[in-house]
Amino acid sequence: MCLAVPVKVVSIEGDEAETEIGGVRRRVSVALTPEVKAGDYVLLHTGYAIGVVDEVEAKETLKLFEEIINLSEVH
Amino acid sequence: MKFIDEYQNSELAKKLAQRITGHSVRSIRLMEFCGGHTHAIMRYGIRQLLPETIEMKSGPGCPVCVTAIGDLDKAIALAHSPGVIITTFGDMMRVPGSYSSLQQAKAEGANIRVVYSTMDALEIATASPNKSVIFIGIGFETTAPTIAASIVKAEKERIGNFYVLSFLKLTPPVMKALLGLGEIKLDGIIGPGHVCVITGSHPYGFIPEKYGVAYVISGFEPLDILLSVDKLVQQIETGSPKVEIAYRRGVKPEGNRKALELMQQVFEIDGADWRGIGIVPQSGLKINKEYQHFDANNAFSGLLRSARNDKPAKEPKGCRCGDVVRGAATPLECKLFGKACTPEKPIGPCMVSSEGACAAYYQYGASYE
Amino acid sequence: MNDTILLAHGSGGKLSHDLVERKFLPLLANPLLDKLDDSAIFEANGRLAFTTDSYVVNPIFFPGGDIGRLAVCGTVNDLSMNGAKPLYLSLSVIIEEGLLMADLEHIVRSIKAAADEAQVNIITGDTKIVNRGQADKLFITTSGIGIIPAGIDISGANAKAGDRVILSGTIGDHGIAIMSQREGLRFETLLESDCAPLNKLVAQIVEACPNTHCLRDPTRGGLATTLNEFAKQSNVGIAGEEDKIPVKKEVKAACELLGFDPIYVANEGKLVAIVEPGDANKVLAQMKQNCYGRDAAIIGEITNDHTGRVIMKTKLGPSRIIDMLSGELLPRIC
Repeated sequence: MCLAVPVKVVSIEGDEAETEIGGVRRRVSVALTPEVKAGDYVLLHTGYAIGVVDEVEAKETLKLFEEIINLSEVH
Repeated sequence: MKFIDEYQNSELAKKLAQRITGHSVRSIRLMEFCGGHTHAIMRYGIRQLLPETIEMKSGPGCPVCVTAIGDLDKAIALAHSPGVIITTFGDMMRVPGSYSSLQQAKAEGANIRVVYSTMDALEIATASPNKSVIFIGIGFETTAPTIAASIVKAEKERIGNFYVLSFLKLTPPVMKALLGLGEIKLDGIIGPGHVCVITGSHPYGFIPEKYGVAYVISGFEPLDILLSVDKLVQQIETGSPKVEIAYRRGVKPEGNRKALELMQQVFEIDGADWRGIGIVPQSGLKINKEYQHFDANNAFSGLLRSARNDKPAKEPKGCRCGDVVRGAATPLECKLFGKACTPEKPIGPCMVSSEGACAAYYQYGASYE
Repeated sequence: MNDTILLAHGSGGKLSHDLVERKFLPLLANPLLDKLDDSAIFEANGRLAFTTDSYVVNPIFFPGGDIGRLAVCGTVNDLSMNGAKPLYLSLSVIIEEGLLMADLEHIVRSIKAAADEAQVNIITGDTKIVNRGQADKLFITTSGIGIIPAGIDISGANAKAGDRVILSGTIGDHGIAIMSQREGLRFETLLESDCAPLNKLVAQIVEACPNTHCLRDPTRGGLATTLNEFAKQSNVGIAGEEDKIPVKKEVKAACELLGFDPIYVANEGKLVAIVEPGDANKVLAQMKQNCYGRDAAIIGEITNDHTGRVIMKTKLGPSRIIDMLSGELLPRIC
């Protein structure tokens, strides 16, 4: 249910993609994420990309952490 | 590893934990619905970072733990049928059924292959045209679209010897059932991040609206979980429960439209038998009429019926997995925990699955606390 | 000669002799083996160490090695972990009919290469052939004899509070390299098994520190299982730090994909040494000079608290209990 890992899409052929994480490569299905492009990161679950990682939101979340930390340091 | 390492920063984790401690005044009870969250919480020792005002309960979001024992017996019965190859996720292999397990069946000669993906099951089916390849379909909404996609692919490529035995379950109905049962009072729920990548956040509106329970959809790295606990505490302290997405890099409010379409194309909603809870209406996915030729329940109905009659399902004596899965008991409260029931010789699914609360407690030592 | 192994190769007649004389002897040649008597005869003075192990790995060829190399290194290492200098090995092979002759040759060459590296001789052997389906291509059993120098007492029961725990290098390489070859897991990596003979590394450690308390190689069950074995045998607690354990990025990535924890994944070319605190830095420096100890690190210490248990400080700070591996490592979806 829960094990999904962010991997980088290297290339796409039809409904499959070559992906990479930490030097390990894996062929996955992108049947569930037709909008994906090479260079995107996708969440990989049981051999399928279930969603494209929103890199803008990821940055926002990290910025949020920084803000939270700074706030707590002020108090 | 990108999108993993950044969310494991220990300095940030400590600061977030301090912030949570600063805000948390009342004693509250939170449930992490998903087994993956239980696992992560234990693995990183997150409970030790949280203040004593926060009590964490594990929920039923572990598809292995909630598969009814009778359903597992079905899979094992099919495994013994000549001409059948069972393909299954590794998680199910060691779970004890009423009389046996898939692992035991394999040792007795049943043709059972552990796969990582339905794609592998399809390949096995193509490579063995004289066998019936049955895929044991456990999982929630994260896994359902992957199984739907494999059925659609099998149809397109005319793979006639591929079947799915669906034990797929839906999360909103079981959350409703749990909250409705009111066995334990919950103040907030840590929502399953990867389920929600598929479903989006809309289906969970009833949780704050009808039950006044806070709901934050969380990712699985330690910082994700701490951020979600922080947001839950804020919602609860300010008396403003709502559905909130903390896992914003993965979850959109509308979910994954393509995945939801595929699920609708292949499945229909039906009742499902949840171990420890019983039949919850409209909480399971059944293969619909258009794809019924892929449904193992149809293709093997005779075999399944006689197996059910010869060997009716029975729960192991003294096992409290059902209570643990509902959050009504912690593993430590089960008399069998750590004694008769250990990871080496598990009695119930909660000890087998690495997501199961009992396995997590045993492995990461809640007793150590 | 035929290009596959036949049942007749095991019948004891001409084909059997041919097999031994053409495929095994020329490659493994040494004066003791060449005699081809029913037993190999030699003299040895001192405390002897004796060990045996069977190898049934599937696939028989994997990145970084094969079942032959594994069979030599595994037994050499078992002897070394008690401080013994490995001397002689026996080699017993059970072959499934139909195995390609070329595959057998390749494996015998690996055995030779590993034996040469470890500076041991194979002095006696046996070959049996079984029907198709009765062995998974090839099973190998090696037994080994070594001599323990005087004054050396290395045992899993010797750990004492205050001792330091030193790991010789990255964990999980072997298990993940094997997994990458298994059907259905579909991942590609340049990662190779770390399968290696560690007797020279051990000799260096013991020379630098004759008072080494414990040595063990974390094979099946991984580092976690070995640490637990020490804790129980010595009746001590082990306090480790996850952050200090070296793990290759490919192993981390593969473990993320499969849902494994690297501390439970098998290794075939690593060791854990437990030494007194005053010796730790010296031993670490020695290990780093050996190619099989280049990534060595101190990962924890022995304590009188929580005896029999291994507690590891996680990345985040809090600690968790590390238990032995239960059951098999199976990829999970949850």
